[in-house]
Amino acid sequence: MNGALLQVKSVSKNFGGIAACDKISMEVEEGGVVGLIGPNGSGKSTLFNLICGAVPADGGRVVFGGRDITSARAAEIARAGLVRTFQQTRVYREMTCMDCMRISAPAARWLRPPPKNADGEAAELLEFVGLESKREEPAGALSFGQQKLLELAMALVARPKMLLLDEPTAGINPTLINGVLARLKAVNEEFGITLLVIEHNMRVIMNLARRIYCLAHGRLLAEGAAAEIQNDPRVIGAYLGKH
Amino acid sequence: MIKNRPIIESAGLILLALALPFVFPEYKTQFAFFWLFVLFALTWDFQGGQMGYNSFGNIVFFGVGMYASTSVQIGMFFNLTEWTEAGGENTFIHLPGQYFTGMAAGLLAAAFFAVLTALLFGKLILSMRGQYFAICTLGFGIAAGEIFASIEPLGAGSGMSVPVWPDEAGGLPARDWALYCASAALGLCCFWTMKKLHRTRFGLALNAVRDDEDKAEAMGIPTAACKTASWAVSAFFLGLAGALAGHIIGFIDPTEVAFAGATFGVWMVLMAVLGGKGTLWGPVLGAALFQFFKEFFWTWFLGWQYVMLGFLIVVSVVFFPEGIAGFWNKRRREIIARKKDAAAARAKTAQPGGAK
Repeated sequence: MNGALLQVKSVSKNFGGIAACDKISMEVEEGGVVGLIGPNGSGKSTLFNLICGAVPADGGRVVFGGRDITSARAAEIARAGLVRTFQQTRVYREMTCMDCMRISAPAARWLRPPPKNADGEAAELLEFVGLESKREEPAGALSFGQQKLLELAMALVARPKMLLLDEPTAGINPTLINGVLARLKAVNEEFGITLLVIEHNMRVIMNLARRIYCLAHGRLLAEGAAAEIQNDPRVIGAYLGKH
Repeated sequence: MIKNRPIIESAGLILLALALPFVFPEYKTQFAFFWLFVLFALTWDFQGGQMGYNSFGNIVFFGVGMYASTSVQIGMFFNLTEWTEAGGENTFIHLPGQYFTGMAAGLLAAAFFAVLTALLFGKLILSMRGQYFAICTLGFGIAAGEIFASIEPLGAGSGMSVPVWPDEAGGLPARDWALYCASAALGLCCFWTMKKLHRTRFGLALNAVRDDEDKAEAMGIPTAACKTASWAVSAFFLGLAGALAGHIIGFIDPTEVAFAGATFGVWMVLMAVLGGKGTLWGPVLGAALFQFFKEFFWTWFLGWQYVMLGFLIVVSVVFFPEGIAGFWNKRRREIIARKKDAAAARAKTAQPGGAK
């Protein structure tokens, strides 16, 4: 494999006459933590959808681990080790937390019950996100914040190489945000999973990401180390409405 | 918890299946249909309850199975066109050997063509969601009936008769016993298959599709393949059920018997909803209750039977919106939670005082 783990090469997406993403290029090194910021409607989530195969790209290429995944289906991309979470949290509401974990674990035999020995890992990951007491509760009965944590645990049990997190702290009680932040750091440092994070909370993203890309109006506005971006006048302008 | 519960359950079901024709010898045909209804409800629930796809077109597999089985059984020994055009002027009689080889081949053909139909149309129709899927399957069922009603060798609109059971003299099994046993065996096989499948990774994947299909896709579950496979499993059993129902009823009408969307097609939904969607025992209970009420209404409220059936639906939807099994599961969870709370409260009051 040469180059970065994830390479986005000038991808574009138009919805009608509106360019949601206009020739955006970015790279995520293996083991890195990269942030993606930008005002509302700047194209962050669309870019995520393009990378994950949820929406087909109009132009450009996406390469993951040396493999072209531009036209691959969402499920294929996930199986290749690139797993996403959703901004509007998505869990299997009627299923218990443990069942959510079991079905998210890497493919076992389809016509067998999920292997018992995988339950240990699922339980450990639920403990990692602090949901060990909710194992047999339906996922839909959890609070919004707990569902976000469950979604993270479900993504982890799939043993991805890289996680795309769409606003992991949005809607979470401010006192719990530090807990999420610490867990995301542990995911990167202890589990060795590469992260690409969309985030609006500047304190979180500056703490977490080493490199940041900033989008505005579907274009790549700026990129650089976290500290540079924080002081970049273009970024400040975009957020405060100069554009 | 009772030990060996699955074994007790299975033994109970087998005993029930064996006892029914002895206890109610006059009602063997009704009970044969009861087991087919169990199959209807379980196979419908495999999509409607487990996978969240409310299908009104599962009757297609039943009809395809019925036509496939009958035409193979006839076509192996006679000219199909002559058979359907005879209209009583010419009699064709299967010898016992011909009848039973034809029946066996017919069952195989029924399962094969029903599964083939599910695989061919599954990818296309199951890519629709929600009400679009429901409407499309409704049309699928009606269209299938109309198409079969225009195939001349299969009797077109006037249908076709099913070969007559060979003479019972000479040690051959009695027709009603044989058909009852076949239906009961098929219903039980369907129950056990569904029970096994619900607990597999495949079953969990269907639940995931029901709860959030986009999420399932994003987590790497091959949703399209899972959905089609689920339909194919239902089609397999429905095809066989169609073949048996053909033998029981003895005559195939394209829209009233084979592709009977307004009766069997709706009833399969009704039974699953009545008993409890998304559970294993719900459809079984639903089928039992439904068959009881149906026979009851048809006997005592003839002329008003559909009104009474409608009344039953209203009562069940208003008072048991989650079905009987769903209602029961909820009550059980509440009781367990209350016991837990009570135990926690006791532990709390016992602690601070230190008193026993």
